[in-house]
Amino acid sequence: MDNTVSADLRDLDTSGPSGPRPRRTFSRRNIFLYGTLLVIALYYLLPLYVMVVTSLKGMPEIRLGNIFAPPVDVTFAPWVKAWSQACTGLNCDGLSRGFWNSVRITVPSVVLSIAIASVNGYALANWRFKGAETFFTILIFGAFIPYQVMLYPIVILLREMGLYGSLWGLVIVHCIFGMPILTLLFRNYFTSLPEELFKAGRVDGAGFWGIYLRIMVPMSLPIFVVALIIQVTGIWNDFLFGVVYTRPDTYPMTVQLNNIVNSVQGVKEYNVNMAATLLTGLVPLAIYFASGRFFVRGIAAGAVKG
Amino acid sequence: MESVIVKDLSLNFGAVKVLNSLNLAIEQGEFLVLLGPSGCGKSTLLNCVAGLLDVSAGQIFINGKNVTWEEPKDRGIGMVFQSYALYPQMSVAGNLSFGLRVSGMPRDEIDKRVSRAAEVLQIESLLNRRPAALSGGQRQRVAIGRALVRDVDVFLFDEPLSNLDAKLRSELRVEIKRLHQRLKNTMIYVTHDQIEAMTLADRIAVMKGGVIQQLDTPQAIYSQPVNRFVAGFIGSPGMNFLDGVLAKGPVFEADGLTVDLERYQFESTDGTGRTVQLGIRPEHVLIGEAAAAMPHTAETAVELVEPMGSDTLVWTRLGGQAFALRVDAERAVRDGDTIRIGFDPARASIFDAVSGERL
Repeated sequence: MDNTVSADLRDLDTSGPSGPRPRRTFSRRNIFLYGTLLVIALYYLLPLYVMVVTSLKGMPEIRLGNIFAPPVDVTFAPWVKAWSQACTGLNCDGLSRGFWNSVRITVPSVVLSIAIASVNGYALANWRFKGAETFFTILIFGAFIPYQVMLYPIVILLREMGLYGSLWGLVIVHCIFGMPILTLLFRNYFTSLPEELFKAGRVDGAGFWGIYLRIMVPMSLPIFVVALIIQVTGIWNDFLFGVVYTRPDTYPMTVQLNNIVNSVQGVKEYNVNMAATLLTGLVPLAIYFASGRFFVRGIAAGAVKG
Repeated sequence: MESVIVKDLSLNFGAVKVLNSLNLAIEQGEFLVLLGPSGCGKSTLLNCVAGLLDVSAGQIFINGKNVTWEEPKDRGIGMVFQSYALYPQMSVAGNLSFGLRVSGMPRDEIDKRVSRAAEVLQIESLLNRRPAALSGGQRQRVAIGRALVRDVDVFLFDEPLSNLDAKLRSELRVEIKRLHQRLKNTMIYVTHDQIEAMTLADRIAVMKGGVIQQLDTPQAIYSQPVNRFVAGFIGSPGMNFLDGVLAKGPVFEADGLTVDLERYQFESTDGTGRTVQLGIRPEHVLIGEAAAAMPHTAETAVELVEPMGSDTLVWTRLGGQAFALRVDAERAVRDGDTIRIGFDPARASIFDAVSGERL
């Protein structure tokens, strides 16, 4: 039996369009779209470009005033000076001291806050203990209180604990202030994982920590990367807590950068300032480049089950 | 000996009473199916038996031991979930052995159990794969294997086949039945699919609103439903219900229809005068010459014909109400034909129109 469609194909005019619709590379739509994107990209890249070229120029060249011109005489002296010789207050050993202070602040703060917040989020999402909702509400409420309100009470608290001015005092402050947003992040992520996995873990005999470490954490790499980026950037770039809770010899990099750039004595060394700023921004930038792929996946992960 | 006993079990979520003073006893080696529409509390009951939900009142015994306050792992149960719930970052072997590794079992014993379970379920070739690389049917086999390696007395299945397509579902259904024949464990199986319930169960507990409506063998539930809900829930296509009155004789009377109920086995003696519903399954209605031999016959016009391949569902009217019967697909029945139908009132069910209880 003939299974073809019964319409008589011989009488059809088949000379017209067939197959995929042709697409022109230089259509008006494409030119407009990519042109706009290009202009916006340039607009955002321009300040970075100015910073990079300025940091590679000597002061005589900068005084000529052509800020967009590429350096005639490339010099790395401003970078060296910013890192190891620039004066901040009494010390003249550059940003290096602040860099290591910042590392010593950021690493424990990030590790501690993520470790605690992920367990918080897991307990809130899966174990539904008595008062969990109240606890969570109070925690989230904490996220809406302006930091400035709590600056002085915390100074007193740290002083009473004997931690005022030490790096560990600042680490504790960062952990506490990161807690609401991170707990929310982890709670929502763990809630989005199928509940049956948690049940299966319980039937298999894994306890609170067993389920957390062996089932939940291995499934949660994307959200840990998101938390890592949020925390590293936030803590590394923090200025307020750094300037309030540390002493000159424990200043983080941002505070030192401010002291270099805003110094009122002597000649403004724009090239050193630019180099110092770039140096300070390198760490968050590196984190973004290294894990940006996971970041996007983690942000989107809440929407997809399993 | 009873394997699982649920005694006066209640469970509330806030003000909502999901289960209310429920009692259930399951024999050693029995395959019990909890059947009901969604929201009837069947999964909740299973989760209570598993220990994944804390009960509000009552007790649960497994193998004579009171496990009401025990952790799931200490109850001697294995559980299979609807969404498989395989640990995505572990291989199949890792999934199977997880519970054993957690309990600190020696390595060689774990290997022995995993390979035995893999052999039973024919998943030996998949042991090194991740769950993401498995098909739905394979995943569910691994999930069953995870319960199998734990060497438990009671298996709990929470709608294990609902995520599979129809063909795989019927294949795995047979495999689960074989598994039960071979292992002879007690199995409690939750489903909303009546075919699964009928084919697998030794006994079915039909649930509605947190209450077990009827607990009996599949055949008894099919032929002697205790109320209108059970009668309507079991059977596909569904039972015909004709509204009418029970008159002296006893006879069933509806608009222009009188059915002699002399052969019907009444459960309660006093029914005369009540408004009732007469329930007849479409497959119990005969057509043509075969119908003539039946105690009750009628001439009626065909309104609609639904061919289903193996047989045909014919819609007509009886006593002024819609009425379906199932006829052989070979028989040519067309819209508008007049046919002779007949059935045996002894195979019918009569329900009180108000309470829905069987009379």
